[in-house]
Amino acid sequence: MKVLVPVKRVVDYNVKVRVKSDGTGVDIANVKMSMNPFDEIAVEEAVRLREKGIVTEVIAVSCGVSQCTETLRTAMAIGADRAILVETDVELQPLAVAKLLKALIDKEQPDLVILGKQAIDDDSNQTGQMLAALADWPQATFANKVEVVDGKAIVTREVDGGLETLAITLPAVITTDLRLNEPRYVTLPNIMKAKKKTVDTYKPEELGVDVTPRLKTLKVVEPAKRSSGVMVADVAALIDKLKNEAKVLG
Amino acid sequence: MTALVIAEHDNATIKGATLNTITAAIACDGDVHVLVAGHNAGAAAAAAAQIAGVSKVLHAEDASFEHGLAESVAAQVLAVASSYGHILFPATASGKNIAPRVAAKLDVAQVSDISKVDSSDTFERPIYAGNAIATVHSTDAIKVITVRTTGFDPAAATGGSAAIDTLAAATGDGKSTFIGSEIAASDRPELTAAKVIVSGGRALGSGEKFTQVMIPLADKLGAAVGASRAAVDAGYAPNDWQVGQTGKIVAPQLYIAAGISGAIQHLAGMKDSKVIVAINKDPEAPIFGVSDYGLVADLFDAVPELTKSL
Repeated sequence: MKVLVPVKRVVDYNVKVRVKSDGTGVDIANVKMSMNPFDEIAVEEAVRLREKGIVTEVIAVSCGVSQCTETLRTAMAIGADRAILVETDVELQPLAVAKLLKALIDKEQPDLVILGKQAIDDDSNQTGQMLAALADWPQATFANKVEVVDGKAIVTREVDGGLETLAITLPAVITTDLRLNEPRYVTLPNIMKAKKKTVDTYKPEELGVDVTPRLKTLKVVEPAKRSSGVMVADVAALIDKLKNEAKVLG
Repeated sequence: MTALVIAEHDNATIKGATLNTITAAIACDGDVHVLVAGHNAGAAAAAAAQIAGVSKVLHAEDASFEHGLAESVAAQVLAVASSYGHILFPATASGKNIAPRVAAKLDVAQVSDISKVDSSDTFERPIYAGNAIATVHSTDAIKVITVRTTGFDPAAATGGSAAIDTLAAATGDGKSTFIGSEIAASDRPELTAAKVIVSGGRALGSGEKFTQVMIPLADKLGAAVGASRAAVDAGYAPNDWQVGQTGKIVAPQLYIAAGISGAIQHLAGMKDSKVIVAINKDPEAPIFGVSDYGLVADLFDAVPELTKSL
């Protein structure tokens, strides 16, 4: 069976972002970009399913500017077989991405789509669920274990308070949580091999999708700063402060 | 128009996060209805009717609602969605699971994890792990929203007297079934609702040490226990204790971080706490940049001493 894995190019998670002084957004010029960490986990899971013989082809997809090709190359170095870029300079919001992915599902007919649970830039946590809704497929979000048997995926999910297991009929959408797996390091030979793999490019218009943003960002500001605290010398001083200054202990 | 809050519940009681969501809903629109979709959930619907500020409770019964499957609950929400201007879910694992499914079916953008309501169509939400706050304007006719519970005070659980309307159940297509769950039993306060949280990091070194050092302090303070992602990944603590961008977002009165360096992903989950105490051996640890009281010490000495002295 075929698996589609959407991957997003985001500001590297180690970068401390700065808000632009004019309040229009976050300064991402000349900042290191990488694959969204949850998406690496998604690619890894798809490749592991192929290594187990359950999956025959893994297709990585990215939507956005032309530089997203680098993100797709990374996915192919992890082990994706080929890639699709939906190229646009328009700011893409989750609903638009879900519609683009739905159009690609119609073209490619995969049995499974594995996405990260959220992107670390917009922190939305929407795309996988939206795609499942548009395709009328069942969903299993925040997966920490995935097994595929008899046309079903048995997925253990991370929920508040513990874990929950669902069986969903394929085709289906799964979104990954952090503990699903440990993505492998990409090796130089695999990076070289990834350069030979194909990347098909589409424009949103070719897929018949209107990607105009639906939410308008009016401004972006820095969060309120916490006033700097004090250092205490020992535990006794700490308790004294908590009781008499902060009054959070009785 | 009216605002609809999708209650999170266990069929018997309403979960605390619903109360914060109702406060956000009242800020969007004065008239608030609550949907309780459950199985044998009469008690939860009755509890929802008691919440101050709720004018009507919609109660739908079906076996497929028992475990809150996204496909079923979303179908029920869609059945009533056209009567509402705002549909709000708590930004919990359950709300995040269902809300985007509803939004996509309505062909509207969803606003995730709002921390403030500026007006009925303009909201504030943190992005980039809480390092920036975006103000977003929605032009959609129905606004589907998830609410960061720590951004809003809880509505009073009593004092209301809403009417309860029974709805015909509209469910999904049965392509998803619940198999089982492992919910950790705990006598402690729920992490997101706790007044005091003691949280441990990788420096604890092992699960045994975590239990030995952190639990007595939590017991003494009647606190919930949290953990950094590093401690969870190392297996020292269960993953539903994780505080941070990808775990729980908390804002207690007192947050005690022991052996946690303070990576931005962790800070995103706790920096709205009223008082933050950091105990760390490393005086350069970033956690001291947000702590109100910092103590440079070995946690294996300081935490037991703190426990003993309280």
